[in-house]
Amino acid sequence: MTFVKSLLGGAAALALSAVGALAEPAVIFDLGGKFDKSFNEAAFNGAQRWADETGGKFLEIELTSEAQREQALRRFAEAGANPIITTGFAFATPVEAVAGDYPDTKFVNIDGFLPEIPENVLMISFQEHQGSYLVGMLAAMKSESGTVGFVGGMDIPLIRHFGCGYAQGAKSVNPDITIISNMTGTTPAAWNDPVKGSELTKAQISQGADVVYAAAGGTGVGVLQAAADEGIFSIGVDSNQNYLHPGSVLTSMLKRVDVAVYESMKAGADIETGKGMVLGLAEEGVGYAVDENNEALLSAEMLAEVEAAREAIISGDLEVAAYYANNSCPAHEF
Amino acid sequence: MDFLTLLQILDSTIRLATPLLFACLAGLYSERAGIFDIGLEGKMLMAAFFSAAFASLYGNVWLGLMAGIASSLVLAALHGVASITFRGNQLISGVAINFLAAGLTVLIAQAWFSQGGRTPSLSGAERFQPITLPFAETLSGVPILGPIYAELISGHTILVYVAFLAVPATWYLLFRTRFGLRLRAVGENPEAVDTAGISVTGLRYAAVAICGVLCGLAGAYLSTGLAAGFVKDMSAGRGFIALAALIFAKWRPWYAMFATLLFGFLQALALRTDVVEGIVGFKVPSSLLDALPYILTVVILAGFVGKAIPPRAGGEPYVKER
Repeated sequence: MTFVKSLLGGAAALALSAVGALAEPAVIFDLGGKFDKSFNEAAFNGAQRWADETGGKFLEIELTSEAQREQALRRFAEAGANPIITTGFAFATPVEAVAGDYPDTKFVNIDGFLPEIPENVLMISFQEHQGSYLVGMLAAMKSESGTVGFVGGMDIPLIRHFGCGYAQGAKSVNPDITIISNMTGTTPAAWNDPVKGSELTKAQISQGADVVYAAAGGTGVGVLQAAADEGIFSIGVDSNQNYLHPGSVLTSMLKRVDVAVYESMKAGADIETGKGMVLGLAEEGVGYAVDENNEALLSAEMLAEVEAAREAIISGDLEVAAYYANNSCPAHEF
Repeated sequence: MDFLTLLQILDSTIRLATPLLFACLAGLYSERAGIFDIGLEGKMLMAAFFSAAFASLYGNVWLGLMAGIASSLVLAALHGVASITFRGNQLISGVAINFLAAGLTVLIAQAWFSQGGRTPSLSGAERFQPITLPFAETLSGVPILGPIYAELISGHTILVYVAFLAVPATWYLLFRTRFGLRLRAVGENPEAVDTAGISVTGLRYAAVAICGVLCGLAGAYLSTGLAAGFVKDMSAGRGFIALAALIFAKWRPWYAMFATLLFGFLQALALRTDVVEGIVGFKVPSSLLDALPYILTVVILAGFVGKAIPPRAGGEPYVKER
């Protein structure tokens, strides 16, 4: 009898733990892929950090086509994953469509925008223009030719938002600076074309650019490569990319997607939803990277100026215009 | 637009035209022998992956090149077996090869390198390095011709020179040798070739194999010459642009070179919208310039500029006796 009891007890405990295990968080990576050395990789690093610290597990999937978005969301929701974290602006609409059908599941989206946020959805966005402003200042201070470049991935407002902050930062240091900007393409394939990225960079170099900022996902790998080959400086994006070409990557515009993912997973099913969350310089959601790979490239004066600007932005003394405000940029025409 | 800008754009043109030229010549051999090949894109992608992977694993770009060509040949053989031996539909086989390559490359890359379907970045001996031709330094002082020689002709990787040498070689092989005559005949009238006692199957397999080698060179150039490593879907439609160039070139080697140079030039111009704006006087969206190769091909196909007639037996499996 006791044996049967303990057996039943064991079975019940197992069943319970199975339920517990089902409430694992899930991450859906966007088309760039988990290891794009940039945006999605930052999300993965955050999730991995959470898993290492808590010993927990998370579900994940890398999208391979546009059509999978809603399907992946539904599958994870059916499997009981909670919260479900999605990376990328393109997830906003699918999340909105799916969220209503699974009221007990919490959804988190990074980078997206919804005019009305459903009860169980948290939209996290970043003040990319503030971080880009700071790296724009660094670019302008480092540039000897008076020309700096910007290579965007897919031509979407978000990427113009990056470029706009960058242009404003560069102009704040040198009002006469020339800013060359190119977008890789108009389809999602633009996130994965390093060959075109490197050709664009070479074209910008021939126009005099000696610092190039890449906000282009996997395409950025080609930009940084071409900059290193040609002996100019480049600026990475999203993740810290300084290590890719030490001595050539001037700095990286950090977008702490990893922190957003980590915090979301830590909050788990109790995460506060039904609102938007904006992470800027004040929340350390964006910033610029300084480590042993690039400290020799940045002088103390450069860092002091950038730090002063950072504090001015946080305190509100300095306002960086957002491209979204009226879909145009005061400092640069795309 | 000054002279140096023009040189820079032409330099970029040559780099961008090279993979197109390889793939276009590959399609030329195959289609001249009567085997349509939609799978240029897939073979290029497969070769791009295997060259980058082997170059990275063994630290030698030449080994990478061999592996790239071998992988492309395997896919070419698959296409051959399906469409020559089993008389399957050539278009379907080609599409299947594209899907197979897109999936397999990422899958194997993930299994080997665990970097999300890419290979590690290549450096040093793992990449094809630019070659400086003799006297490039000394001659660069000569007006006009000096910079053209030093900037435009010198300073490319070896594969670029191979691609442009492949054009006269192809012309000679196809139009001045017995093998070439037979190969062209097998695409026009395989019954006649068969009646003469020559193996139609053998000739077609040979053409498909040459196509495989050239696609392998195109892929290797993409991942180890132009870029430094493989990322998923890096061929980015270049196989299809090459097919468009083949139609544009009316299945002729010299025309193929000019067509791919034109398409490469359009791609290079799309990188320099400022120059285009300076010439035409208003802002041209770069996506329009990217789309021009396709638009031009449609114009050609519609019969506005000359007439593009494909090889007569193209797309038809050869059946000895009905």
